Amino acid sequence: MNKLELQKTAVEIRKGIINGVHSAKAGHPGGSLSATEIYTYLYFEEMNIDPKNPKMENRDRFVLSKGHTAPGLYSTLANRGFFPVEDLLTLRHTGSYLQGHPDMKHIPGVDMSSGSLGQGLSAAVGMALAGKIDNKDYRVYVLCGDGEIEEGQIWEAAMFAGHRKLDNLVVIVDNNNLQIDGPIDEVCSPYPIDKKFEAFNFHVININGNDFDELDKAFKEARATKGMPTAIVAHTLKGKDVSFMENSVEWHGKAPNDEQYEIAMNDLKKVGDALCQ
Amino acid sequence: MPVIGNINDLPKIATRESYGNALVELGKEHDNLLVLDADLAAATKTGTFKKVFPERHIDCGIAEANMTGIAAGLSTCGKVPFISTFAMFAAGRSYEQVRNSIGYPHLNVKIGATHAGISVGEDGASHQCNEDMALMRAIPGMVVINPSDDVEAKAAVKAAYDHEGPVYLRFGRLAVPVINDRPDYKFEIGKGVTLKEGKDLTIFATGLCVSEACVAADMLEKDGIDVEVINIHTVKPLDEDLVVKSASKTKRVFTVEEHSVIGGLGAAVSEVLGEKCPTKITRLGVQDVFGESGPAKELLHKFELDAEGIYKNIKANL
Repeated sequence: MNKLELQKTAVEIRKGIINGVHSAKAGHPGGSLSATEIYTYLYFEEMNIDPKNPKMENRDRFVLSKGHTAPGLYSTLANRGFFPVEDLLTLRHTGSYLQGHPDMKHIPGVDMSSGSLGQGLSAAVGMALAGKIDNKDYRVYVLCGDGEIEEGQIWEAAMFAGHRKLDNLVVIVDNNNLQIDGPIDEVCSPYPIDKKFEAFNFHVININGNDFDELDKAFKEARATKGMPTAIVAHTLKGKDVSFMENSVEWHGKAPNDEQYEIAMNDLKKVGDALCQ
Repeated sequence: MPVIGNINDLPKIATRESYGNALVELGKEHDNLLVLDADLAAATKTGTFKKVFPERHIDCGIAEANMTGIAAGLSTCGKVPFISTFAMFAAGRSYEQVRNSIGYPHLNVKIGATHAGISVGEDGASHQCNEDMALMRAIPGMVVINPSDDVEAKAAVKAAYDHEGPVYLRFGRLAVPVINDRPDYKFEIGKGVTLKEGKDLTIFATGLCVSEACVAADMLEKDGIDVEVINIHTVKPLDEDLVVKSASKTKRVFTVEEHSVIGGLGAAVSEVLGEKCPTKITRLGVQDVFGESGPAKELLHKFELDAEGIYKNIKANL
């Protein structure tokens, strides 16, 4: 996909996020919207996957360690053809397969159940290790939150990945700078994030995580990096492209009401229209 | 005729040794079997596996939560990982990782938990996990096995490999008599083993308490009390039919376990009997207290989980 197509796809994915969370009357739009370009690039450009064969043995794997931003993952999977986009409206509804947090047993394309923060990275490390043991060439991508990396298990997993030189592993930190209780540097600062991963023997790349050119460059650089895992610290805007959600802690885990929904969808329509000019 | 012969004549092996030996044997048959450790390979006895299959032994360092998650990831790629550490850390420290990364997605990970119960001995209460079966039993889909000796432990490891889904295996540090070395011995997950039939009362025992219960039954026999002894190696899923059948015959039940009386075998048997066959039951085990330092045998005596203690408590509660 070229950049414009990726940008247009991101708009559709954002619409799916807002539709799902609005329908659920609950969920986490802020961190889903901040990571939308990351999801889009991974599923429409970077990863070797087949929506018709979600369990393809040599597929690239993705683990959403910050599992609460499931609306972003689900909308991406739906737009990529893993399941119908209309099903996003069943998000978090009783009986729906689209659980509040990723459920690998029931959702096509979800490689690992997650949601309890800090655990996804370890599972991704296990997948990368299995690839090394079996001499497979698949790659493993894991998306962590910047607040999530306050969890100690993240650093246990990072230590192991660095120690084992898992160069088939890419950790992306969605650095939108906000967690539930406020800015991450006010709650319990994990900064400097890049230097921490460097100290754990990662190759580290800092980028604007909402810019497809920078994402493209970073993932190519990660692919070319041998002998160590890569951490991409993606500086992003929480709530991106929905005017009243941007950079707002309030929209970490809240659904828009009907009126707010109209504003949000109109905001996204404008972004989409601008891309078509 | 004593239930298991003269206990002093039987060879003694710690079930953690059985675990290590069984892994080597299984490893020869199955390339996808991996063993993970958290800096305790010497103690969990998986060092024997490491010697034979160094490339399939993964030391995760002192980081049990991460080890548990790595095992989950490995299993999604077709590996059958056995994670090995003390029960305290496998079920205790990593409870939530076991619950969310293994239990919820029902992944094919085996948890080899050694050094369970007060028979850890001198290390004391911080390392004596008497709550692990309670924690693991509460996780949907988890199988919980607490083998009584070397023969049963090795059979349990093999059965765990063959079972698709998470299994918690509980092993001990103390050498215990080999009581199941007989040609007709058969291990099946979820099936209790009647070691002696009787009509006056039933002892349901698990783990190292099975041999002690057998000796206690011999002592009670001399007092004219005809005891049924049943080995419950699988605490979950419990052999409900056998429990109900025996209780409805003898109408008096004792449970014996080297584990808290809360949440383990005693609780499991009480739950079933309460619903299906109300029967007076006495739960022998660790009575909602922490353990302490001391030689394992002395602790089992102090906590009244050796044959003498079981005998005494049954006599006192008849």
